[in-house]
Amino acid sequence: MTSYRLTKGGLVDRSKPLSFTFDGKRFVGLEGDSLASALLANGQLLMGRSFKYHRPRGVLTAGAAEPNALMTIGEGGRTEPNTRATMQELYQGLVAQSQNRWPSLDHDIGALNSLLSPFLSAGFYYKTFMWPAAFWEKLYEPFIRKAAGLGKASYEADPDRYEKCWAHCDLLVIGSGATGLAAALTAGRAGARVILIDENATIGGGLLAETATIGGISAPDFVSRTLAELESLPNVQVLARTTGFGWYDGNVFGAVQRVQKHVRDPRPEVPVERLWRIAAKQAILATGAEERPLVFGGNDIPGVMMAGAMRTYLNRYGVAPGQKVAIFTTNDSGYALARDLEAAGVKLAAIIDSRVAGASNGVYSGPARIVRGGFVSDAEGGKALSSITVFKDGQTEKLAVDALAMSGGLSPVIHLACQRGGRPEWSDTHAAFIVAEDRKGLSLAGAAATVNGLSACLEAGVAKAIHLVGGLGFNAERTVFGAVEGDVIPAAAKPVWNIPGIKGKAFIDYQNDVHRKDIGLAVREGYGHVELAKRYTTNGMATDQGKLSNVNAIGLLAEARGISPADVGTTTFRPFYTPVSFGALAGTSHGKHFQPVRQSPLHNWAKKNGAQFVETGLWYRSSWFPRSGEKTWRESVDREAKTVRLNAGLCDVSMLGKIEITGKDAAEFLNRVYSNAFLKLPVGRARYGLMLREDGFIYDDGTTSRLEENRFFMTTTTAYAAGVMNHLEFCAQALWPDLDVRLASVTDQWAQMALAGPKSRAILQTIVDEDISNEAFPFLGAKEVSLFGGKLTGRLFRISFSGELAYELAVPAGYGESVADALMEIGKEHGICAYGVEALGVLRIEKGHVTHNEINGTVVPADLGFARMASATKADFIGKRMLEREGLNDPNRHQLVGVRPLDPATSFRSGSHILEKGAAATLENDQGHISSSCYSPHIGSTIGLALVKRGASRHGEEVLVWNGLRNEYTPARLCDPVFFDPANEKLKV
Amino acid sequence: MASLVPCPHCGQRPKEEFTVKGAALARPTADASPETWFDYVYLRDNPRGLYDEYWHHTSGCRRWLVVTRDTATHEIEGVRDASAKKEAAE
Repeated sequence: MTSYRLTKGGLVDRSKPLSFTFDGKRFVGLEGDSLASALLANGQLLMGRSFKYHRPRGVLTAGAAEPNALMTIGEGGRTEPNTRATMQELYQGLVAQSQNRWPSLDHDIGALNSLLSPFLSAGFYYKTFMWPAAFWEKLYEPFIRKAAGLGKASYEADPDRYEKCWAHCDLLVIGSGATGLAAALTAGRAGARVILIDENATIGGGLLAETATIGGISAPDFVSRTLAELESLPNVQVLARTTGFGWYDGNVFGAVQRVQKHVRDPRPEVPVERLWRIAAKQAILATGAEERPLVFGGNDIPGVMMAGAMRTYLNRYGVAPGQKVAIFTTNDSGYALARDLEAAGVKLAAIIDSRVAGASNGVYSGPARIVRGGFVSDAEGGKALSSITVFKDGQTEKLAVDALAMSGGLSPVIHLACQRGGRPEWSDTHAAFIVAEDRKGLSLAGAAATVNGLSACLEAGVAKAIHLVGGLGFNAERTVFGAVEGDVIPAAAKPVWNIPGIKGKAFIDYQNDVHRKDIGLAVREGYGHVELAKRYTTNGMATDQGKLSNVNAIGLLAEARGISPADVGTTTFRPFYTPVSFGALAGTSHGKHFQPVRQSPLHNWAKKNGAQFVETGLWYRSSWFPRSGEKTWRESVDREAKTVRLNAGLCDVSMLGKIEITGKDAAEFLNRVYSNAFLKLPVGRARYGLMLREDGFIYDDGTTSRLEENRFFMTTTTAYAAGVMNHLEFCAQALWPDLDVRLASVTDQWAQMALAGPKSRAILQTIVDEDISNEAFPFLGAKEVSLFGGKLTGRLFRISFSGELAYELAVPAGYGESVADALMEIGKEHGICAYGVEALGVLRIEKGHVTHNEINGTVVPADLGFARMASATKADFIGKRMLEREGLNDPNRHQLVGVRPLDPATSFRSGSHILEKGAAATLENDQGHISSSCYSPHIGSTIGLALVKRGASRHGEEVLVWNGLRNEYTPARLCDPVFFDPANEKLKV
Repeated sequence: MASLVPCPHCGQRPKEEFTVKGAALARPTADASPETWFDYVYLRDNPRGLYDEYWHHTSGCRRWLVVTRDTATHEIEGVRDASAKKEAAE
């Protein structure tokens, strides 16, 4: 015999059947069911297999703490493993699969592990997989990996949307049972902004399973009435299906709302989950209490469940647990279940009460047999409970039952209150771990604060709300509820950790299969400290994080060590209270929304010219422009580099950082942030600048132009554009707030193009209205220019990265594409080409110009031959003082040098190391490394820049370039880093 | 850390908008001793309790702030604009 649906009762709608499948088998449940209640209603007790021993398991709870009934819900990209069937609302067409079994739930090969259990005790990982060492990689690790984890994630992409949002309120109430509802209503009526959240699908908490009446109406009706009023208040927001999972600094609470996890086909315009961050002035934790299991033999056999859960299935879902039920309790709460079972017509075999005195006066007057001072020492059965062994005074008695409820007392749900360093303390009075009722910003109320009984909880919620919103200036009135009748008030009772007479396996942690003997073993082997015992036995380390098991483990540890649970203490509480999906945490940041894409204003121009793009940071940069007939990227890059040196080329340099610096102290400011002098830079001139870090190393470089007396235009490298801006703001605001200087990032305002090559002036002069001859606009000139006969104003800089006669023209971003098109059109007759960052790299390496390949955070100006750019005359600049350090002036430092292979037919790669000729390839012999390299079509071989010990004085020395990753050795010669036009004859024409 | 930072210009803003630079130390003068400079660049106290730090409201007003934060409780004691002079100690 087994569980079944009652003909009446519960909050399910018997007129609305919902069909679903479990392991491919079709079942029918009702609207209002959870997946677990629907399975129970169908007599499906077996819902999963345990992790280690693959023991058959049924549902143990009716809530978030469920360790057994974990299932995979959904199909394809919506597959969600390890879903607690107790929390999953039933919907039409739901597809559920059991986990951790093969080939099927009923016939599971892994169950053979039970036979191996003597070898799988606590710490077996550490003992078993130690030797021989050679077995680790081939045998042990693959075995452990295969066994690890419960459900299997899908490889398909999740098709659904997730989002994140913020909320602010005066009072956040977590939990919507009697306490939470009373608190929310009291604060809401006073006008405070209230958010009430509850992890369950339906607001009401324990009231939904309650048979007591409040003010003459049923508890569920009381919930509906209260909820209706709450929802009518504009200052109150009620969020069901929303788990408060964490309490963070600044009294911000993390919560996840399952918006559409209870429907088969989520609406695409609505997220399936929403991650809330709720900034609350005050919060009430009204999360109630969790019932503790009792640790007896076979306490995991399907049919054994928590008394409170059984009462929920009975009263809320209209499901009877079996035909013949027993209750094993250490306190009065088991009697509320007894009363309700009998009222529903379910036969009670016996109530086994560990207390010699039995129930408190007046709690129970039913006909069931009561065994006082008794224990259930063992439960028997395979995939379903068939009998229990009652142990009393050394005698045993077997009772045939098909369901057993257990109640080992109540543990307040205090997790959130302990996440920010609060340590719970054991209270003998309450037989539970408790925390101080009022923590700064978060107060506990109701059963979470050990308050017993509905009436007292309602009262506690009201009082706490009045107190908290009163502190925020709201004058809340005392909410009055009608009298509560028929409530069982379970006073705390002495816990029973070690149950006498046990024969079978008595589980503490169901999910990780930790049983009673494991705790004893941990203590004997020296792992009795609560944190050690946790790791050694894995108790509390499963996805349920020990919600049911931790207190029992602590109690058993205490008895094994002969101390009080107070002295054992708890492990550390950390977010999340229950698992949160990666989808919710990622929010909208996935796929192409993971990070923004930055496109230059010339992106479209580059695309039209056939660019191949490369991602650099967020930017898409044009790397080369293949033409028909070119088979490899090198052919294109060689052609582009040669064309620039022969005719002209146009390159998009818009992604360089651009910063406008104004104010009457702008020049002084630049003089302090650059290592070289800027104070006397004339208007209309550009200058190359080096920016150091305060520790003396080079931070960034670029050119800065003086457009007006008090207006400068700085360019930075692409990679450090944002960093330099932050740095300059720091200098202006924090270091020298007395300077009159203003900064604006204008990177996105300008489309900037480099026009380089001997024919660049001829091309450019066609569109620039002013005279740009060498005399009128010499090298390092910088000025605003009129374009196209006054149609457009741009900024022209005569600067060159390629070493050719070259200009950079900046025009307002929106005009970039048109201007580039015009230059390409005009340039046609001059043989212009578009060139990308690869050719740009070739041209700059040929000229020995550095980038962040060289400015790698370990070089100072002198290392790059820029010693004169660290001003000796300036009183101060960023990095000046630390640059004077001995180590930064050591003659043995690595210095910039050029490298060429002895045989032009050979080559080397960036990152290769330099060895002295004939030296062995060892770390000690390392002389430096190649920082940049390319094939130079002008030199006719690979060339490289390198940072080499004393490099500047070793030009001409023969060395060996060693690539240890590829085992390549290339004989080469160190040389001047300027390979092409060392006299700069092409630059200043 | 702190979840919310009370920016003196923007009000309470989430910490994700900010960048922390570290200890808010006064930059030594150019002629200060090498030891003073070494301290400024490399050495940091690790106090339990109140600590002044430079925070940049990078995704907000882009002002540099001095956030006084309790390293043990993460409570923010006060926030001022970095350009504002620290109130003279009593």
